[in-house]
Amino acid sequence: MNLPADLQRVQIRIRDLAKAHGLDFFETIFEMLDADGINEVAAYGGFPTRFPHWRHGMEYERLSKGYRYGLHKIYELVINNDPCFAYLLSSNSLVDNKLVIAHVYGHCDFFKNNAWFAGTDRRMIDGMANHATRVRRLIDRVGQETVEDLVDRAQSLENLLDLHALGQRETWPDPRISTEIAEEEEPDYRLRAKDYMDDFINPPEYLAERRRRRREREESERKLPRGRRRDILAFLLETAPLDRAEREILEIIHAEALYFAPQRMTKIMNEGWASYWHRKIMIENVLVDEEIVDYADVVSGTLAEGESLNPYKLGLELFLDIEERWNTGRHGLDYTRCDDRARVDAWDTKAMEGQSQIFLARKVHNDVSFVDTYLTEEFCHRNRLFVYRYNPRSKQRELVTRDFKAVKEQLLNSLSNGGTPVIEVSDANWNNRGELYLEHRFDGQPLRADWALSTLGTIAKFWKRPAHLLTKREDQPVLMTHDGVKGEEREIGEGRRD
Amino acid sequence: MVNRIHKDQQRFRQIVRGRIRRDLRRYVRDGELLGRQGKDAVSIPIPEIELPRFTFDSGQGSGVGRGDGNPADGQGQDPGEGEAGEGEGQHLIEVEVKLEDLAKILGEELALPDIKPRGHASVVADHDKYTGIRRVGPESLRHFKRTFKEALKRQIAMGLWNPERPVIIPVKDDRRYRSYETKRQPEFRAAIIHMMDVSGSMGSEQKEIVRIQAFWIDTWLRHQYKDIVTVYIVHDAVAKEVSQHDFFHLRESGGTKISSAYELALGIMRERFRGEEWNIYPFHFSDGDNWSGKDTNLCVDLLRQEILPRCNLFCYGQVKSAYGSGQFKRDLDLAFPAEDRLVTSAIADRDAILPSIRDFLGKGR
Repeated sequence: MNLPADLQRVQIRIRDLAKAHGLDFFETIFEMLDADGINEVAAYGGFPTRFPHWRHGMEYERLSKGYRYGLHKIYELVINNDPCFAYLLSSNSLVDNKLVIAHVYGHCDFFKNNAWFAGTDRRMIDGMANHATRVRRLIDRVGQETVEDLVDRAQSLENLLDLHALGQRETWPDPRISTEIAEEEEPDYRLRAKDYMDDFINPPEYLAERRRRRREREESERKLPRGRRRDILAFLLETAPLDRAEREILEIIHAEALYFAPQRMTKIMNEGWASYWHRKIMIENVLVDEEIVDYADVVSGTLAEGESLNPYKLGLELFLDIEERWNTGRHGLDYTRCDDRARVDAWDTKAMEGQSQIFLARKVHNDVSFVDTYLTEEFCHRNRLFVYRYNPRSKQRELVTRDFKAVKEQLLNSLSNGGTPVIEVSDANWNNRGELYLEHRFDGQPLRADWALSTLGTIAKFWKRPAHLLTKREDQPVLMTHDGVKGEEREIGEGRRD
Repeated sequence: MVNRIHKDQQRFRQIVRGRIRRDLRRYVRDGELLGRQGKDAVSIPIPEIELPRFTFDSGQGSGVGRGDGNPADGQGQDPGEGEAGEGEGQHLIEVEVKLEDLAKILGEELALPDIKPRGHASVVADHDKYTGIRRVGPESLRHFKRTFKEALKRQIAMGLWNPERPVIIPVKDDRRYRSYETKRQPEFRAAIIHMMDVSGSMGSEQKEIVRIQAFWIDTWLRHQYKDIVTVYIVHDAVAKEVSQHDFFHLRESGGTKISSAYELALGIMRERFRGEEWNIYPFHFSDGDNWSGKDTNLCVDLLRQEILPRCNLFCYGQVKSAYGSGQFKRDLDLAFPAEDRLVTSAIADRDAILPSIRDFLGKGR
């Protein structure tokens, strides 16, 4: 259903206002859906044409039940696509919808301009429909249960991406073709020297060292993968002996995971940016007097904080803080090194660079770098941030500290790598047995052991040979092994391989 | 578009049913469905339905918060307390299943036959149902919308409709009334009488077993009969009728006089469940340690002469306890070697609950 005429007028007005404020977005198509419709689209991750799977049905049931009991309500959905698609809830009031439309334009601008989205498929609506067709054909060919199982297995690996190489297509030699590296003649490492200086210029240790390094290089060139590989889905696609069904499903899930990954990485920024703009547009231009209370009501709902930090709120506050600081010049060495309290309090260079700075931030940052760059000690204290920890004895969350460093570290930790552990493939031919060797880059947080083991089993099933994972628990190295049927884990001594 | 999600939803339900059926034994043993029971649905936690991934162990559960940081500020009890998978972004997946479906699953798994009610169609109940619209009827059943529509149609057709002054005046011909039909349906009524021994020898584990078994029996019989009345009786040396809550929570101690319960049950049957239309199911759970042989004889007489002729099925479940001698079951089996309406079953532990349910309900009576 298209927008009714009155809303359409509102939409056009807000679009023009957003453009005047400097937002830059793809054309945005709004559709009005009732609660069931919007829950359905949400259950499909925003794509009504997505492939069939019972997990979508499960999500739908959860959403519609939550809606029925009044636990939550989806105001809006936006899809990163060219053109952008946005769905509005038909039971929203006019104020709600004005706010939501302004909010949507914030998201659309972010999708189009944030660097991390540059590599996403902007025709994903079609992409998803194609995936759905492929999945349906596959179901016809190999059966529904086989496909469901494959999708489950592939999806349990979907967080194993290389988030820092989004949009790049790594190329490397097909191992099946170039396993043999041509043996080169060993070059003469000797530096030119006069006879009587030879022992001095080319001592035997030096020559031995050069030979050793060369051997190491050759070995690592022959090794698969070269270096380490984080995008395990891609690695399996390139290297594992997959059958046709496995390959198709892995390809589909990998493409969808790559598409969704930037949204996971920029949750705080994206929501903060959209909230910043709906706030600005609504307050400066759109709201009429009698709508103020309704507006405040909705906003207080979206910015409310419950158990943990609300990304809408944190993002919005950070953008407002940046604007303020760059407008008054409260940044940079001069400001941070100034220890004259009175001067600091009255600091205002009238630089008025706030707007350009927030536009810069929305272009180049993701959540991690955004928080790292802009979350200042003052901000932390003003917003009264703290670190809490769950105390199993009292069954309560307890405040641990308000120390700035600890807060920031905790926050960055929870954001880094999309909040998931870093797992890398380091050897595809472990012990020369064709077994896969994975390593967890341990940063102090242990893995959830039962899940890790069964996920390892999933990898082994695709790999068709046993897979190993080196991780740590309580600072003790642990090696998990799974051959696709059963898994085990054992503690190992120091050193990478025993 | 609407169809697509419903297809996925159907498939999801199917999978949930499959999981429950596969794990039925575990659900029964752990008794975890009890207490999750609503009016006509249970919410069943299905942990394995979540996709395993490489994630951090969330048991540490630390994070960043904002504000005062005291319990009054929303930092209180962790909502997922005690469950696996607590913490941010994770919730134990709970699926709501209708008791009706649960009963079907139980029936399929244990191959329980449908119950043939006795007292065939002896009660005929009248059901009124609105089925259509008529032109005549009492004013109390006037269908306002239809009447209004008819009047509007007539006025437009007659050219009496004035958009400036849209007044609708129905005349007699415009009036429409709801009409109903009376359907006669045979009705079977059923009553369950749960009796439990709460003497000192019944420990909390024994009671838990009774609790679980009673839940499943109720579920099955409710599936079989539309209306069902449940009565709860506890007894030690004396018997009394209690509420469902008390039945499961009461802790008495003292001796055991089983006949007291049977007498009370008989009294209730005589008083409330008279007549042929009642299908009565007494269930008695005990550890089998009766007061005296004399009392046992009294019980046997009561059963033979009064109780058994009145009920469809009398079930005696003997829960094994450290103190009970288990004599009562032997006595019953001896007294009624070939009685169809009496079933006895020994329940050694939680794993024996399902076989015992099959003993009780497998006859289809």
